[in-house]
Amino acid sequence: MAMATAPTNSARAARWQDYVQLLKPRVMSLVVFTAVTGLVCAGAPINPVLGAVAVLCIAVGAGASGALNMWYDADIDAKMRRTRGRPVPAGKVQGADAAALGVVLSLFSVMLMGVATNWLAAGLLAFTIVFYAVVYTMWLKRWTTQNIVIGGLAGALPPVIGWAAATGTTPLNAWLLCAIIFMWTPPHFWALSLYTSEDYAKAGVPMMPVVKGASSTRTQILVYSLLLVPICVAPAFTGLGGVAYLAVSGVGGLVFLLLAWRLFRSRAGEAADPRNDDGLYDVRAGARDARNLFAFSILYLALLFATLLGEHLLGAKPLEVF
Amino acid sequence: MVNSNGEDPDAAKARRGRNIAIALGLVAFVIIVYVVTVARMGANVLERPL
Repeated sequence: MAMATAPTNSARAARWQDYVQLLKPRVMSLVVFTAVTGLVCAGAPINPVLGAVAVLCIAVGAGASGALNMWYDADIDAKMRRTRGRPVPAGKVQGADAAALGVVLSLFSVMLMGVATNWLAAGLLAFTIVFYAVVYTMWLKRWTTQNIVIGGLAGALPPVIGWAAATGTTPLNAWLLCAIIFMWTPPHFWALSLYTSEDYAKAGVPMMPVVKGASSTRTQILVYSLLLVPICVAPAFTGLGGVAYLAVSGVGGLVFLLLAWRLFRSRAGEAADPRNDDGLYDVRAGARDARNLFAFSILYLALLFATLLGEHLLGAKPLEVF
Repeated sequence: MVNSNGEDPDAAKARRGRNIAIALGLVAFVIIVYVVTVARMGANVLERPL
């Protein structure tokens, strides 16, 4: 099995903070943000306590996925600068303990979601955990350059789970939120991997720039960006977003496309200059465009969901186009 | 340096921290299940036949 040999650099006893790190708190906060947006946009009256518990379940489920990912990927994580300080490869937590934490939290979060809201939301949460921990982590990540494309579904589902928790249904608009994150994931991660590809190559992870090369990756980033922007604008025409959303998604989309075009025309990801290889996120001259798109992609997604959230909380009227 | 249980003080402190975290987690879970039960049943909890 691939994850068998995680190095143990220190023998110090695990602290509770190490277990918190296993849950990937930063990823968890993003998941909570998109899930809350789905829950609020659903527009159905939900008991605030049950709504809060639903969000907690989604957060814990995401954390459980993170723990299972860190257990299985300890061998890969140990080889990459970005991840070698994680609790399992650093020897702070035993792999078996990380796996046990992931399994227990998965079961608790899914069962509690079912009891607190409905079993559609619980089923979607269970599917998301299994998809990330098994389909993405154990299979796609080490096997195909499409790993983050298909695996991105796990990160895209939280708004649908939030919507299902509030209403017991998953209409088109819920899946539109899912589609936005799904299509956003490839340009976001490929832009990052263009200037961290050496790390992925060292670990044997078939990221797009490692296998297909930088030029092909830049082309695919542009293609996905062209597909992404219309999907991001679409909620303004399906009764989900209002005028502010249309403005943010439209203007932000144009900036996204401009940065994707600049990246396409650049030499990002090619022939590293060893004299400048100082650190993980140090940007080589040609990779500046990749960093710009990576940074803006985070801002764009955050703005889209924050605007939707703000409009629904403030009771702004959606555009009535059709 | 070990304590009377033959345990390194740092290890004992870490174990104590983990135990407290587990205890707090379990207490939180019990409270959440209780609150969810009340929220799901709502006013019906007062209208059941005695």
